Amino acid sequence: MEIKWYIFLSLVLFCIGIIGALTRRNSIIVFMCIELMLNSVNLLLVAFSKMHLTPVNAFGPAMATSAQIFVFFIMIVAAAEVSVGLAIIVMLYRNTRSIDINFLNRLKN
Amino acid sequence: MEITHILFWFLSALAIAGAIGVIASKNPIYSVLCLVIVFFAISGHYILMNAQFLAIVNIIVYAGAIMVLFLFVIMLMNLNAETEPVKNIYMKMAGVISGLTLMIVLVAALAHSENANVVMRAGTSIGLTESLGKALFNNYVVPFEISSVLFLSAMIGAILIGKKDSATEIK
Repeated sequence: MEIKWYIFLSLVLFCIGIIGALTRRNSIIVFMCIELMLNSVNLLLVAFSKMHLTPVNAFGPAMATSAQIFVFFIMIVAAAEVSVGLAIIVMLYRNTRSIDINFLNRLKN
Repeated sequence: MEITHILFWFLSALAIAGAIGVIASKNPIYSVLCLVIVFFAISGHYILMNAQFLAIVNIIVYAGAIMVLFLFVIMLMNLNAETEPVKNIYMKMAGVISGLTLMIVLVAALAHSENANVVMRAGTSIGLTESLGKALFNNYVVPFEISSVLFLSAMIGAILIGKKDSATEIK
């Protein structure tokens, strides 16, 4: 299978995520669209890890292994981000009784 | 047509349909369920690319933990009614058009690339748990430990943010 189909699939998923983040006002759905974009990038990294299998170089293991380790770390950061972001959304809902994303500018008070 | 190609197209169609369902459904609960479908389709892609460790981690972390967190928040706030305010139709059109434009530009830029037709290697063992575990605990030990500190700070931050309001109300 050529690499381009995975590139196109990731692009389509990423752009659907962008469209969702631009058009929806529910902040939870905007957040889920960001997760969708992160996942499309993960898919692309894993696809690229199968593209060239370079030998072990001076920086450590083969680059293909590094790509999959990076995906693992992206998942770690996404999990941490989700916990903090959902806490912010819950706080927003408690203060304003709404999760409209336009009310997020009240956070500065 | 080989079986892997059929599986690829099936999983791609599933992922794209689920992604459209995420942004198109009015009810947030349906959005979460569509996103779970997308994550399972992406895990299927990982298995197809012989990255079994990431497939399992993707299911456990994303579909298992993160989506349950989203569902908890939605159900705790009782948001399954359609309470979303309507956005201006012109703003929606502008968002859709800009997203589609970005997609067209990127596809057109990458479609004629030289490396786009490189055939992916099949049957490699880099995605198995053994090789990834060796790389993770030999060469990436320090980032792994730092990520535990990140989790600790995220946990403390979430507790502080979630707790602040109730503490002031009691006072």
